[in-house]
Amino acid sequence: MGWKTLDRITPKHDTEAGPILNEAVRDKIRSFFPRYETKRAVLLPALHIVQDALGHVSYQAMAEIAEVLEIPPSAVLDTLTFYTHFWDHDKGKKVAVVCRSLSCQLMGADAVLDECKKELGIDEHGTTEDGSFSLVTEECLAACDYAPCVLINEKMHKCVKPEQVAKLLKDAKNAEIEPERSDLFDAPAAGAAPAPSEKNNGDEAVASNDDDDVLGKTSDVDEMRDS
Amino acid sequence: MAKFEPVLSKNFDKPNAHKLSVYKSGGGYAAAEKVIKEMAPDDVVERVKESGLRGRGGAGFPCGVKWTFLPADRETTYLCVNADESEPGTFCNRFLMENDPHQLLEGILIAGHATRTTVAYIYMRVEFHEQFHILQKALDEAYDAGLFGKNIFGTDFSMECYIHRGAGAYVCGEETGLIESLEGKRGWPRIKPPFPAIEGAFSKPTVVNNVETLCCLPHIFERGVDWFQSLGTENSKGPKLYTISGPVKRPGCYEAPLGITCRELIFGDDFGQGMRDGLGVKGCIPGGLSVGVLTEEELDCVLDFDDVRNYGLLGLGTAGAIVIPDNADIRQVLMNVARFYSHESCGQCTQCREGTNWAYKVASRIARGAGRISDLDLMVDITTNMGMMPGLSICGLPDGAAFPMRTIVQKFRAEFEDHIRRQPPGVVEETLRKTNAAIYELPILGRA
Ligand SMILES: Cc1cc2nc3c(=O)[nH]c(=O)nc-3n(C[C@H](O)[C@H](O)[C@H](O)COP(=O)(O)O)c2cc1C
Ligand code: SF4
Ligand code: FES
Repeated sequence: MGWKTLDRITPKHDTEAGPILNEAVRDKIRSFFPRYETKRAVLLPALHIVQDALGHVSYQAMAEIAEVLEIPPSAVLDTLTFYTHFWDHDKGKKVAVVCRSLSCQLMGADAVLDECKKELGIDEHGTTEDGSFSLVTEECLAACDYAPCVLINEKMHKCVKPEQVAKLLKDAKNAEIEPERSDLFDAPAAGAAPAPSEKNNGDEAVASNDDDDVLGKTSDVDEMRDS
Repeated sequence: MAKFEPVLSKNFDKPNAHKLSVYKSGGGYAAAEKVIKEMAPDDVVERVKESGLRGRGGAGFPCGVKWTFLPADRETTYLCVNADESEPGTFCNRFLMENDPHQLLEGILIAGHATRTTVAYIYMRVEFHEQFHILQKALDEAYDAGLFGKNIFGTDFSMECYIHRGAGAYVCGEETGLIESLEGKRGWPRIKPPFPAIEGAFSKPTVVNNVETLCCLPHIFERGVDWFQSLGTENSKGPKLYTISGPVKRPGCYEAPLGITCRELIFGDDFGQGMRDGLGVKGCIPGGLSVGVLTEEELDCVLDFDDVRNYGLLGLGTAGAIVIPDNADIRQVLMNVARFYSHESCGQCTQCREGTNWAYKVASRIARGAGRISDLDLMVDITTNMGMMPGLSICGLPDGAAFPMRTIVQKFRAEFEDHIRRQPPGVVEETLRKTNAAIYELPILGRA
C-alpha cells in the first residue's frame, strides 16, 4: 500500500472544461445505491466503473466520485491508494500482470517476467511510450495450477513459457475472454458517451500530468510498495 | 473402502454446467426448496451443527456454531460470501465458481434461510474476471427464475444477492477486512470484539463464510447428515477440494474426503501423480502458504484439521498444496514467502508491519548470499513475536506469515547454514556496503 499527501493549496486543474465523468457513468454509479445501506459502500464499484471508462482515476475524477457519493474527496483517495488494482495515473491500454508468488516462481515466473521486461522495454510498474502496455507483478492470482501465469486485462494466460512471451504480447486478442458477459461494471459503450466527456478525455490526461508534477511522481509509491 | 464418489466437483466436467437448466436437471435447487419450504431457520442451523461442517476458509471454525452467535432479536442480517481467495497455492473456490456457480448460489440460499439473511454479498477478488461474468450470469438467471428476490419459492423468505468486486488486497480475505472493504473503506481488519456476528457490515449482524463451506450445504440436506458424517476423520467431516500446484505431473483441484495424506496428494493416481522431469520433493506447503512447510520425511501427515498440528503447522488452511522440488533454492523460497507477507500486511499493527518487513529484509539478505548464521535465529525470533498468538496483532495475517517462515528456517536449517558457510569471506560486509552505501559513506558527524 502507499501513502500520499495531497497539496490542497496549489490550484488544481481547469474545471472550466466541465466534469470528467459523464452522465452515463454517473448513472451507472448511482444504479448501485440500492444495493447497500450507505453511499460510501458504492465506492469500490464506482472506482471500478470510472477506471473502466477512463483508464485510470485522476484526482479530478476522485473529486467527482466524492460528489456523487456525497463523501469527502479524501475518503476516495484514502480507499483508492489502499488497493493495488486502481491507478491514479495513466496506465497502458493493456496491463500485463505477472504473478510472482511461490507456485509461479517455482515454475519459472522470474524468466517470464524478465522476458516481458525485455520485450516491452519497460521495468515493473512501467508503461510503454506508445501507451499500449503497462507491466506489473502481483501476488498469487489463484491460478497456480497454470503456473506461471500472466493476466492481460481480463484474460488469464496459462503455463506461459519465456519463449512464448514475445508472441503472446503481440497477439491482438490477448485481452479477450470468452464467457458471456454480464453488463455489470462494463464501461458505458464508447459511442454512446455524450460529447463533453469525449472532449475531456484529452484534457484529463494533461490534468493528471499536472497533478503528478504537484504531487511528486507516483513511482515513489510503487517503490515503497515493493520494498 | 468403496471408491469415493465426488459431490462438490460432480458437475465440473458437465458441458454448460453453469446454466440453470443443466444444474436443475441434475436435481439442483431441490435441497434449497425443501429447506426453505419445510424447515424453520433454527432447525437448519441445528442440522448444520450436527453435521460437523467446519469452515473451509482457513480457520476451520464449525459453521453451524458460528451462526448461533447471531443475536436472536435481529432485524437485518448480512451474509458475506468470502470469494477473495488470494492465499498462494489455493484455487478451489475458483473451480467452484467457474464450473458450478449454481451450487454456490444454492448454498447461499440455504445459509441465507438459516441465518435469516436479508442481503448476501459475494465478495470476489477482482482478478477473477471470467469467474465474475460466469457467476453474474448465473445470478441473473437465478433472479429471473425467482430464486432470489422477494418471496423465494412462494414462501415469505426474501433475500437479495449481489456480487461485490474487490480490488487486489490479500487482507480483504480476513473477515473484518472484507467487511470494511465492502463498506467502501480500506481493508483494515477491525479489532474484535465486537465480532461480525454481533456488529458486522454496516454495524448489523453479519456472517462471513467461505465459498466451499457454502457449497457443502446443498449436499448435507440432499444426502443427509449421516452421509456427511461418514466421510472424513474424527473431527474433520465431509468432502474437501484439495488443490496441488508446483512441478507435479498433474497440478489441479481434486476432491476427496478430508484426511488424505500429503504423500497421496502428491503421488496418488487420482491426484498429482508424482513429480515432473524426474525431480524429487524437497518439501511441501500443504495448505496454502500460511500453514508452514512439511519436509519430504513428513509427507505422511494427514491433511485434516488435527494431524497437521503434530507437524508444527498452523492448521489445515485451505488444503492448497505447493510442492517444492529438490532443485529449488530454499533461500529463494524463504524470500518469496517473506515478500508476500510484507507486501500484503495492511500496516495497522506495528508488530505485523515491521515484523513482516524486517523478515523480508533478512530473508532477501540471505537470498542474496550475504546471510549470517545469526540471521536464522533472528528470523525465528521475529516470527515468534509478531502475531495474534502472542496477542500482538489485530488479525491473523502475521501468524500466517510466521508459520511458513519459521518452519522453513527450522526444518531446513542445515541447508541454510550450508549456504551461508559457503559464502566467500567478506561478502557480507561487501554486500551491505553496496546495498546501503549511504550508511557506510557518511562522514563521521562527531558529537551533536
Ligand atoms: C489474512 C487473512 C486472509 C484470509 N483470506 C481468506 C480468503 O481469501 N478466503 C477465505 O475464504 N477466507 C480467508 N480468511 C479466513 C477468514 O477470515 C474467515 O475465517 C473465513 O472466511 C470464514 O469462513 P468459513 O468459516 O466458512 O471458513 C483469511 C484470514 C486471514 C487472517
Ligand atoms: S495484523 Fe497485520 S494485516 Fe492484520 S490488521 Fe494488523 S497490520 Fe493489518
Ligand atoms: S502462485 Fe501464481 S497464481 Fe498462485
